[in-house]
Amino acid sequence: MVNLAYFIPLFPLASFVFLIFYGKRLGPKSAKVAIGASLAALVTSLPFVIGTLRGAVFQSQFEWLRLGGAPLRFGILIDPLSAMMLFVVTVVGTLIIIYSVGYMHEDPGFSRFFAYLSLFMFSMLTLVLADNLVLLYISWELVGLCSYFLIGFWFEKDSAAQASKKAFITTRIGDVGFFLGILLLYFTTGSVRLVDLNPEFLGTFAGQSQILTLAALLIFCGAIGKSAQFPLHVWLPDAMEGPTPVSALIHAATMVAAGVYLVARSFGMLVTFPDALPVVASIGTFTAFLAAFIALTQTDIKRVLAYSTISQLGFMIAALGLKGYSAGTFHLMTHAFFKALLFLGAGSVIHGTGTQDLREMGGLWKKMPHTTWTFVIASLAIAGVPPFSGFWSKDEILVAAFNAGNPIFYYTLTVTATMTAFYMFRLVFLTFFGKPRKELHVHESPAVMTTPLWLLALGSAVMGLPGSPWMHHAFQTFIEPHAHGVEHTANPLVMQISVACGGGGILLAGLIYLLFPALAPFFGRILKPLYLASSRKFWFDELYQATVIRAWYGLGGLLNRFDQSVIDGAVNGTGLNTLRLSDLKNWVDIHIVDGLVNGVGAVIRGFSSVLRRLQTGLVQNYMFVLFAGVLLILFFELNQ
Amino acid sequence: MLIPLQHILIFAAGLFAIGLYGALVRRNVIGILISIELILNAVNVNLIAFSRTTALNPVTGQVFAVIVITLAAVGATVGLAIVLALYRVRRTIYTDEVNLLKW
Repeated sequence: MVNLAYFIPLFPLASFVFLIFYGKRLGPKSAKVAIGASLAALVTSLPFVIGTLRGAVFQSQFEWLRLGGAPLRFGILIDPLSAMMLFVVTVVGTLIIIYSVGYMHEDPGFSRFFAYLSLFMFSMLTLVLADNLVLLYISWELVGLCSYFLIGFWFEKDSAAQASKKAFITTRIGDVGFFLGILLLYFTTGSVRLVDLNPEFLGTFAGQSQILTLAALLIFCGAIGKSAQFPLHVWLPDAMEGPTPVSALIHAATMVAAGVYLVARSFGMLVTFPDALPVVASIGTFTAFLAAFIALTQTDIKRVLAYSTISQLGFMIAALGLKGYSAGTFHLMTHAFFKALLFLGAGSVIHGTGTQDLREMGGLWKKMPHTTWTFVIASLAIAGVPPFSGFWSKDEILVAAFNAGNPIFYYTLTVTATMTAFYMFRLVFLTFFGKPRKELHVHESPAVMTTPLWLLALGSAVMGLPGSPWMHHAFQTFIEPHAHGVEHTANPLVMQISVACGGGGILLAGLIYLLFPALAPFFGRILKPLYLASSRKFWFDELYQATVIRAWYGLGGLLNRFDQSVIDGAVNGTGLNTLRLSDLKNWVDIHIVDGLVNGVGAVIRGFSSVLRRLQTGLVQNYMFVLFAGVLLILFFELNQ
Repeated sequence: MLIPLQHILIFAAGLFAIGLYGALVRRNVIGILISIELILNAVNVNLIAFSRTTALNPVTGQVFAVIVITLAAVGATVGLAIVLALYRVRRTIYTDEVNLLKW
C-alpha cells in the first residue's frame, strides 16, 4: 500500500519524459498526456489522503547512500500536513493544467509548456512526500528550476528572460541558508528526518540550543526566498512575466507555499528553540503589511495579485511564528484555492481582453459572466467575508495573533486584512464593474477554462468549512492531532472585528472606485508620499539596484579587470616568453645542432671523396696493388 | 744432360711475369683467364724443378703439379661459365665495362 505512494510523483515524471521527447510530434494532444498523468497522481493520492483522515501515517524508506558510514535514507512520509499538501497540489494542479489547454491554445510552445508543468508536478509532489530534509531540498531546487523555466517560458521576450533570472538568483540566496541549516542540523543532531523535528527528539540537544536556533533560522532563510518574504520578496512580482496558469500554479498556489510548508515542517524545531519564533513572526507580519500596502496602487492585474500572494504568505508565516500551526497551514490550503482561482480569473480576463492594465478595463461583467462571478467569489474569500474559506483561515491567524501577547502583531495584521479587502475589491470594481474605459473586443473564455474556474470557486467557498466552528474545527484536530489540551474555540471579538474590517475595506473600495471615481486621484494627491511609496514598491528594486547589484557589478568589474590584467597578462606573458624562448631554440637548432650534423656529414663526404678514388671497381687494379705490395715486402725483406 | 735448376727457375719466372702482365693489363676476361693459366703453369714448372733436384721422393712434387692442373681445369671451367653468363646479360666480356656494383 505505502509503496503505491512512490507512483504519485512518477506519473508526472513519466509524462514529462514522454512530452519532452515526443511532445512536438503530438502537438495539441500532449495536453492530454499531462492531464492524464496529473489525474493519475490525484487518484493515487486519494487513498492516502483518506487514510490520514482516519488517523493513519504512511512511511516508507530505502537506503540512498552511506555518508561516512551512516546511511542516508530517502523515503516517503504521508502525515496530515503532507496529505493536505498532496490534496491541494494534485487537485489545484490538475484543474490548472486543464485550464492551460484553453489559455495556451495555439501557442508555439504548447507541448513544451505541458512538459514543464509535468516536471513541476513531479518536483512538487516529491517535495511534499519527502520524509527528510535532503530529499526535500533536492525537490525544492527542482521546483525552483521549473519556476525558472516557466517564468522564462516566453524567453524571446527580454523582460521574461530577465524575470526568470531574477527569480532564480533571488531564491537561490535563501536556498544557500537552507542548505547550511540542513548541514548544521545534521552535524548537531545526526538526523535530517522530518519526523525527528519534534520537541521530544530535539529536546535532548538542549545544550546546543544556540546552534540549533541558528539552524532553524537558516532553514527559515530558504522559506524567505521561496515564499517571497521580505527582504527577498522582489522576485515574485516580476515572476508574473510567465504565462498566467504558471503564476496560478507555481507562484500562488503551490511552490511559493512550499516555504510555508517548510516552516510548518520545522515547526517542532521552532517550538523547541523559541528564540527563532519572534524573527519568523516579525518577518511574516512585516511582509504581509508591506506587500498589501504596495498592492493598493498597482495597476497591472497580475501584479496586484502577486503582491497579494506575498502578503498572504506573510500571513501564514506570521501565524506559524505566533505558534498558530493549524492557522498557518489552514490558510495555506484555503489560499491555494482562492489565489489559484484569482490568477486563473485574471488569466481569463487577459485572454479575453488582451490587456493586463486595470486602467483599460471596466464593465466586463456583462461580457464575461463566468469569469466575473468566480472572481468575485475568490475576492470575497480572500477579503475574509463569511462563510467563504478565507474568512475562517484568516480569522484563525488573527486569533493566534490576538493570543500571542504582543499587540503589535494583531493590530498590524488586522490593518493588513482591511487593506487586503480594499485592494482586492479595487481590483474587482476596476476590472469588472463601472463603465468600460476603453474599446476592447471582449469575449468570454471557452468552457475548458471556465469549468476549472467554477470548480475552484466551489473550493474557495467550502474549503474553509472544515476549520469552522460549524464542523467543530475538524481541520485543526486533523492537522494537529498531538496538540492535546489546545482548545480550538472561536473568538467572537476577533471574528467581529475581522468581519468589520473586511466589510469596511470592501465598502471603501466601492465608494472610491465605483460610486465616486474622482475620489481616487484626489486621495492620490493628498497622500502623495504614501501613494508614491506604494506605487513605486518602496523603491526596493531601486535600492537593491543601487546597493547589492551595483556592489556586485563593481566587484565583477574589479574581478574582470584583475582577470584581464593579471590572469590574462600572466597567460599572455607566458605565451610571449615561450615564443621568444622557442625562437632562440630554433636558432640554436638550425645553426648549432643541424650545423653539427651537417658538419659531420660534410667532413665525411670530404674525406671519402678522396678515398673513393681507390675503389675503382676494377679487379685488375686491385691485383696490381696487391702484387706491388708483395714486391715491396720482398724488396724490404731481401734488403735486410 | 741435366738442365741446371737456375735455368728452369729463370724460365718459370719469365712465364710468371708474362702471366702476371697479361692478368693485369688484359681487358678481355678470356685473356685474363689464359694469363692465370700461365701463372699456374709457372708454379707447376717450379714444383717439378724443385721436386727433381731437392726432394727425397720426386713424386711428391709431381703429385702437387697434377693437383694444380686439375684445379686449374676446374677453375677454367667455372671461369668460362661465368664469362658466358656475363656475356648473355651484358653483351660484353671487357672487365672495365662490367661496373654494375661500382659505387
